[in-house]
Amino acid sequence: MSGIALGIAAWGLVTGVAMVDSGMGVPLALLMSLVVFAGTAQLATMPLIAAGAPIWVVWSTAICINLRFVIFSASWRPYFAGYPLRQRLQFAYFTADLNYVLFMRRFPEPKPAPEHAPYFWGGCLTNWLSWQLSSLAGIFLADRVPTEWGFGFAGTVALLGLTCSLLNDRATWVAAAVAGCASVAAYALPLKLNIVVAIAAAVAMGLLIDHTSTRETKPSEDAT
Amino acid sequence: MSFWEGVITIVGLALLTVITRGFFFLPEREIPIPGWLRQGLRYAPLAALAAVVVPEVVTNKGQLITTFQDARLYAAAAGAAYYFWRRDILGTILSGMAVLLVLRLGLGW
Repeated sequence: MSGIALGIAAWGLVTGVAMVDSGMGVPLALLMSLVVFAGTAQLATMPLIAAGAPIWVVWSTAICINLRFVIFSASWRPYFAGYPLRQRLQFAYFTADLNYVLFMRRFPEPKPAPEHAPYFWGGCLTNWLSWQLSSLAGIFLADRVPTEWGFGFAGTVALLGLTCSLLNDRATWVAAAVAGCASVAAYALPLKLNIVVAIAAAVAMGLLIDHTSTRETKPSEDAT
Repeated sequence: MSFWEGVITIVGLALLTVITRGFFFLPEREIPIPGWLRQGLRYAPLAALAAVVVPEVVTNKGQLITTFQDARLYAAAAGAAYYFWRRDILGTILSGMAVLLVLRLGLGW
């Protein structure tokens, strides 16, 4: 988690800088960082807000980018259904991608257990703190961090490491290759819908592999 | 967009974050999920990660890159290689970023 926190911090720093650089102003950037807490959605909507796009366009963009969380929430349900609504709302606010991946790797069995909540909060608070502190630092240091050094890429490398950690058999490799290629091929779609298309294609491919015993030729391409 | 429109937009974004992240576990009664979808969930996080990561590495301003002189390619390769060698995320980030910085600042890629 410490390594991941560093990657998150670099990503947060860049997001903070980008919010101010987009021209939305320091007060709105601060508000956005503190209440929205969704890095990818923030990065995608801030140019729209700065350009004065209609509110519904900003919101629909965020919904599309967050569709993956809807998918994740279905697998959270068996773990969290037993908690009161107040706590479920807190769970919902704090679950980021990385926490999902780490939690599901740590607790693959979807049965309620007392150690879930402490593990969840440890991961989420680490993630939240490193994100918020670095975002705030980015907002205040906006013109002193040279963006051409490419520190924003640290977040991508962290995600890449996590992706590798999930590759454990032929089906997962093929699904990842399909997702990567579909995401690039559909990149021109508006509202980041390429992410949704890629998830759908990869899940379909995974299911197809699960349901067929015959050997298929493996797609030879992988853009990574 | 005025300041207050900005505030409304941002508060709306925060609500959307909570609703999408809790979509299936906030309602008291279970929303039925078809079996194939539940099974497909095994691939969803991997797919989402790959879908976010790959374009970040191989595209530039929405276009597939056409050169091999791009520091991100080698940074990603170094990071992945380190991960499969040592299975450690921090080392993955450090080796990837080291390669990126050397190529960017040293060769201007």
